[in-house]
Amino acid sequence: MSTAVRPDVFRVHTGDVLPLDRANVDTDQIIPKQFLKSIKRTGFGENLFDAWRFLDFGDIGKPLVEREVNPDFVLNDPRYRRVSILVARRNFGCGSSREHAVWSLQQYGFKVVIAPSFADIFHNNCYKNGLLPIRLSEAQVEFLFSRALGERALKLTIDLPSQLVCADSIEPIAFEIEHHRKRQLLHGLDEIGLTLEKSDLIRDFEREHRKSMPWLFA
Amino acid sequence: MGRTVHEKLWDSHFVGWRDDGLGILYIDRHLLHEVTSPQAFSGLAAARRKPWRLDTNLATPDHNVPTTDRDLGIEGIDDVVAKEQVATLDKNCRRYGIRQFELTDVRQGIVHVVGPEQGATLPGMTIVCGDSHTSTHGAFGALAHGIGTSEVEHVLATQCLVQQKSKNFSIELTGRMPPGTCAKDVILAIIRMIGTAGATGHTIEYRGDAIASMSMEERMTICNMSIEAGARAGLVGVDDTTIAYLEGRPLAPSGHLWKEAVETWRQFVTDDDSVFDASVTLAVDDLKPQVSWGTNPELVIDVDEPVPDPASFDAAKAETAERALAYMGLNSGQALTELELDRVFIGSCTNARIEDLRIAARIAKGRRVCSRLKSAMVVPGSGLVKRQAEREGLHEIFKSAGFEWRDAGCSMCLAMNADKLVPDEGAASTSNRNFEGRQGHLGRTHLVSPATAAASAVAGRIADAREFAA
Ligand code: SF4
Repeated sequence: MSTAVRPDVFRVHTGDVLPLDRANVDTDQIIPKQFLKSIKRTGFGENLFDAWRFLDFGDIGKPLVEREVNPDFVLNDPRYRRVSILVARRNFGCGSSREHAVWSLQQYGFKVVIAPSFADIFHNNCYKNGLLPIRLSEAQVEFLFSRALGERALKLTIDLPSQLVCADSIEPIAFEIEHHRKRQLLHGLDEIGLTLEKSDLIRDFEREHRKSMPWLFA
Repeated sequence: MGRTVHEKLWDSHFVGWRDDGLGILYIDRHLLHEVTSPQAFSGLAAARRKPWRLDTNLATPDHNVPTTDRDLGIEGIDDVVAKEQVATLDKNCRRYGIRQFELTDVRQGIVHVVGPEQGATLPGMTIVCGDSHTSTHGAFGALAHGIGTSEVEHVLATQCLVQQKSKNFSIELTGRMPPGTCAKDVILAIIRMIGTAGATGHTIEYRGDAIASMSMEERMTICNMSIEAGARAGLVGVDDTTIAYLEGRPLAPSGHLWKEAVETWRQFVTDDDSVFDASVTLAVDDLKPQVSWGTNPELVIDVDEPVPDPASFDAAKAETAERALAYMGLNSGQALTELELDRVFIGSCTNARIEDLRIAARIAKGRRVCSRLKSAMVVPGSGLVKRQAEREGLHEIFKSAGFEWRDAGCSMCLAMNADKLVPDEGAASTSNRNFEGRQGHLGRTHLVSPATAAASAVAGRIADAREFAA
């Protein structure tokens, strides 16, 4: 019945890895501020990592064909033309709370981000949209980098039901994910609908809360 | 066992469990601005949902607004896309009946300055906003979280946030700050010490005699940058200073409700026998002015310290340091005080309150902005801060020293409007983020206190504010 925007459903995904060898990748880098002027939820993929991908300054409406590509940025390397799994260093997604960062990664084509750690708000925003963030140890991430920097892109299969990162010729790597997060991704749940199922509980709370802190309802 | 402020806030707002086992937390105050709300409103409309409660919402445009020609209102925005975004906030607020301080309202300003100033931020509240610096409001003994746009929609629709309780991190500040240093130097020193991910998953409580003797403005500066240490929230327990600040604010309770509220608020202090998951102590007695030299807020040194050698960092951080040096156009061993600047920015939700402007004005008084600078800008945090500063004559001090005196907004903190650095320009800035391009494409930001910023404007290079302290 509800027409809410639901997150993508995630089960198993196979794709090429982009090795982004940087720590503290902040959301200002993922999608620079000038693109945040849009009131839409789409159209951010083109400008993912804009200041790193291009040498000229990008802005809303500037066509990609007119842009000056930065040949040194890993995303422009022909090996990584069809990537959908991003591997980066620690504290990925720090800084601004902009959910546009998740939207731009997804709209570029990423389904999974792997890093040793994530900033809290970004991590949370991922699940709301069906992008899977996977925490692996520093050593495991290092291992993926060593494989992904070879002559051909590394292909990984991410199996959410069995919580495994798999590739030909490597031992599957198990990852942890909280039970509810996993359910959320597997079913693309309508978060607001789930909370609204508890409307009576919320109303009861509100009644008591009004008694104990009446100035909040004045 | 006793409870921390954070635990008391959590317990007093816990609604119950969802069927998937997640906790539901009731939200008392929701602040909105133009950048992270449009998609939430359209999601709400698409699902044919309505706001749960209107009176908890308060909106103001700030990120995307010009800081000149304010009397033109929305017509003063040249960028058509930005204009549409601000107009969309107006439209959404009118459609649903949400209270907004519009662009021409004297109460408009940076959402984190406006909330406390209006008394919309109160002790014992849960507060959210689609902005990471919502942690600012924790200074009042509130639990304040930055949230994403999906959560903005969730809070509009349900008045609740689905959350997991974060861990407790105690940061104890002891001693007295030396002259020439500010609260900003304290928080920069903390982030330098624990790192940009040092408090991930935690709510920080700032404690100790140094916090107890600080003003609300100073506490807000410190709580504001908790997110830069990775924390979910930062807060300070309620005391007389908190209560004195709030008395008589437009949205604060009055009369018998005020008395009742104050009694309740006093409970939002940490019990003596509480246990924290992590803790650090910082003695501020020997604090020096702090300056960031790199491209994240932990890359900070004392003003009189040389720029570090990347080789002195552990392997995992050496590459970041190397990149930062290259981006900032610096060499290790160099003194930051030799560095010539292009611009100075005094503003942002970290340092654009009246006390910050007073600190800067004290240094600017009777001095001149170095003629080599392209601009030195003072951007008050709200229209009311601006008005107060003008009552005190601070604007005359700034203007006669050669500073630009602007209208309220986020301005060059994030450079979404016309106020920005051009490639390779260097700035001393009182804002909170020095990420690559944050203040303009290829711009170079040095995060500093308002005292250091004003002193640097006079010197035309990064200056030691202690030499200017009266
Ligand atoms: S002043 Fe800067 S940090 Fe604060 S809300 Fe505005 S853009 Fe964000």
